[in-house]
Amino acid sequence: MAATGLFLCVFLVEHLYTNLHLYWGDGGKEFNEMSHSMVHSIFIRIVEVVLFASIIIHVVQATVLTKKNSDARPVKYAIDGASMTSSWISRNMGLTGSVIFFFIVVHLYNFFLPYRITGEVGHDGQMTVAEKCAEALGNPVYAGLYLVAVIIMAYHISHGFASGFQTLGLNNKKYTPIWKMVSNGFAILMGLGFASFPVIFYVAKVMGKDLLHWNM
Amino acid sequence: MNLTLKVWRQKNASDKGSFATYQVNDISEEMSFLEMFDVLNERLIAKGEEPIAFDHDCREGICGMCSMHINGRAHGPWSGTTTCQLHMRAFKDGDTITVEPWRAKAFPVIKDLVVDRSAFDKIQSAGGFVSVNTGNAQDANCIPIPKDDADASFAAAACIGCGACVAACKNSSAMLFVSAKVSQFALLPQGQVERVDRALNMVKEMDAAGFGNCTNTGSCEAECPKEISLDNIARLNREYLMANLKK
Ligand code: SF4
Ligand code: FES
Repeated sequence: MAATGLFLCVFLVEHLYTNLHLYWGDGGKEFNEMSHSMVHSIFIRIVEVVLFASIIIHVVQATVLTKKNSDARPVKYAIDGASMTSSWISRNMGLTGSVIFFFIVVHLYNFFLPYRITGEVGHDGQMTVAEKCAEALGNPVYAGLYLVAVIIMAYHISHGFASGFQTLGLNNKKYTPIWKMVSNGFAILMGLGFASFPVIFYVAKVMGKDLLHWNM
Repeated sequence: MNLTLKVWRQKNASDKGSFATYQVNDISEEMSFLEMFDVLNERLIAKGEEPIAFDHDCREGICGMCSMHINGRAHGPWSGTTTCQLHMRAFKDGDTITVEPWRAKAFPVIKDLVVDRSAFDKIQSAGGFVSVNTGNAQDANCIPIPKDDADASFAAAACIGCGACVAACKNSSAMLFVSAKVSQFALLPQGQVERVDRALNMVKEMDAAGFGNCTNTGSCEAECPKEISLDNIARLNREYLMANLKK
């Protein structure tokens, strides 16, 4: 869980960095070029395989873990005071993870599938990837789902990131507070960064502004 | 004080069990929680009813026997305290107090509030010791140990094996207990010889006993009467990782 989770965190940084290019206002040129060069980079293709494998391993491990852990207490407490001794998110990683997983599937269906598999987007004479993003994020249902998923993801990371270091044995009196701080900071940064896309793109759409081309 | 007690009653391991409600009046605030149970039991015996079975021994917070889950909390509402050291002044007159046994697959209920904690004994005998022939103690100064290590080891050795960590954990994980037992030796020169085997064997025994896995919620540390630190779990993870690399 720790290794795959931390790898997925690294991926998020890269994903956010790429997405931020949507704000360049160059008609999505930079963003489209980045997407294009990624598809044609052998290195990125290998990382992509590792990424998909990580997601699947993370999900499978989480499912097995949740099942085992629930089996470890066949008779539950009539009064369970866990909320007095631990944080909500630490006890609900399975639930929040499921929401994130559902979102990832929708997200892949919206972007990965048309661009990479069916070839409906991003090729000559078609809508560019950036335009597809602007279109999807202008849809209130998708933008809403995106926003909710991202907030939940930030919560998930706030526990998961620090937890990963504990599992890898990298905690002690000196490092634990640092990891916790880094973990929360990272979660907030990722949360705000990704939440900005549905909010800004949707608001731009409502106001009738063409966000992709503001700089041209 | 007058209290309403809801206590888990279960005839034996195979009985389904259920809660019984008792009105317990005229309880002194100065009593310990177990003394309150003694009073209740005497009254039950006087009425010809079966007294409530519960574990206890030292009644001074060092043996770890007094397992009770009180109002949703292992060992009740006070932190760093065993049930025997919990006093009735922790409650208010008229309170309803719900008392349950530890709930975990690895700790099956034997009767009422008594659970079978021999899973802990099995983990201990898988490596929670140093194999040396006994004899005269050697001179204390011939094995130098840094003060910080000695302190951390001593803090880990304070674990009384009560099982509150398992009881409090949403996963019924025994990681805090095992980590305390592994840490206590990992930090001392005497523990080095069996260090690798200890980590591997104790973790193996822990998994075999049916405890859940640690997801770092921190409930164990919050409920441990000896305030064993989560740092020990990080150390156990480290020991286990290293042991796997070596063997
Ligand atoms: S670690 Fe704490 S809660 Fe767990 S058995 Fe030891 S003393 Fe009890
Ligand atoms: S009876 Fe010994 S610790 Fe409570």
